[in-house]
Amino acid sequence: MMIRVTLPAHLRKLAHVDGEVKLDVEGQVSQRSVLDALEARYPMLRGTIRDHVTQRRRAFVRFFACGDDLSHESPDAPLPDAIATGAKPFMIVGAIAGG
Amino acid sequence: MSGVRVLVGTRKGAFVLTSDGKRERWDISGPHFAGWEMYHLKGSPADPNRLYASQSSGWFGQIIQRSDDGGKTWHQPGTPPGEPTTTPEGMPKAESNKFVYDTSPETGKPLTTHQWYDGTPHPWEFKRVWHLEPSLTDPDTIYAGVEDAALFCSTDGGKNWQELSGLRGHGTGPKWQPGAGGMCLHTIILDPSDPNRIFIAISAAGAFRTNDAGKTWKPINRGLHSQYIPDPTAEVGHCVHRIAMHPTRPGVLFMQKHWDVMRSDDAGESWHEISGNLPTDFGFPIDVHAHEPDTIYVVPIKSDSEHFPPDGKLRVYRSRTGGNEWEALTKGLPQSDCYVNVLRDAMAVDSLDKCGVYFGTTGGQVYASADAGDSWAPIVRDLPAVVSVEVQTLS
Repeated sequence: MMIRVTLPAHLRKLAHVDGEVKLDVEGQVSQRSVLDALEARYPMLRGTIRDHVTQRRRAFVRFFACGDDLSHESPDAPLPDAIATGAKPFMIVGAIAGG
Repeated sequence: MSGVRVLVGTRKGAFVLTSDGKRERWDISGPHFAGWEMYHLKGSPADPNRLYASQSSGWFGQIIQRSDDGGKTWHQPGTPPGEPTTTPEGMPKAESNKFVYDTSPETGKPLTTHQWYDGTPHPWEFKRVWHLEPSLTDPDTIYAGVEDAALFCSTDGGKNWQELSGLRGHGTGPKWQPGAGGMCLHTIILDPSDPNRIFIAISAAGAFRTNDAGKTWKPINRGLHSQYIPDPTAEVGHCVHRIAMHPTRPGVLFMQKHWDVMRSDDAGESWHEISGNLPTDFGFPIDVHAHEPDTIYVVPIKSDSEHFPPDGKLRVYRSRTGGNEWEALTKGLPQSDCYVNVLRDAMAVDSLDKCGVYFGTTGGQVYASADAGDSWAPIVRDLPAVVSVEVQTLS
């Protein structure tokens, strides 16, 4: 399944990518499987989105999909069909919108 | 042709400033890692093209960057893209930004707690790398001082990090407490005469020394007097801001403490005050002239809460007598309406003749003196707040 992922600017720079990232995710499409695939493709992002050991989301990182905030959902919950089919991107966002 | 390369870490990126041996005209490269907090950059004494940098962010955590070409290009020294992130056995590989505290081998639980600001026990939580200290002899070996305070070491060029947990586990860890900037291990001094001897300092715990390459550690704070802690002469709890050593005289240490400038002539076994005629003995950095082991530099700062120079005058103070007798160095520095700070890692010296002295300010200026402090000129004036300054002398 080809999944689209958007990254905040700082992480795009670390990963040396310009726009959206397209990832091949096998099996059920969940936050965990998407992040596993992202980190496998871009090892330099390990530890920047979720903790190395606990695998918990970093406090100032949030996940959105189809307009919904999924930051507090189970990492193993299936993502919406629109994400699983690649129609819409899974969005990884730095918390705090302005300032 | 000799020259210098000044490595500047700021709140919003890193800058590399280069000049020839005259140190009059400068090329400025940067910002590197724009938008990230760059706590420290330092080059390997064994290979000047090998640089390490600590890059961090409240959002995305810690990154370690490495350059193998003197700062022209950088990379994260972990798993290269395209390589598996797990071992053939399926275990996750370590990464260059993976700083995991040791746990008890018996129970798997955390080794210890430290004190929170209110004195209650608090678990160790990794925040960032404050200071990187490359080995004097091996470009691939490097130490990292981190917040919450601990010492880590990499022997593979920054790919994998292991804690030297004898430091936290030596017994006083539960008494350590954060300073205003956090509970950070900010100073690492490697003894060039003895590869097993390392000095470190922590705010607010104090100074520590190992004689066995980091396996065991001893607090070395006798003679320190800190009136703001319940026992002013306690074994630990002192807010040491910075320690400096001249490489030809590794038993002599100079310390800028929260208050008091101190000196030890016995590798930290005992300290005595050398504040002398300083206008205030509070400050952050302290450094030693490259060719004169008894010439030292500090930047007095008004405290407790102001943290700017007294009377709005930015003055470096130099002692040529190993302390007690200090002279103000003002030529070329602002002598009115100046309210910047100079942080603990933001001063460095080169080893040219005459010795160059450099420091950066929270106002974004990096000042250089090519005559051991007699006169100063800004290399740059308008960088983001400067956190660290290091200099490499290039031949």
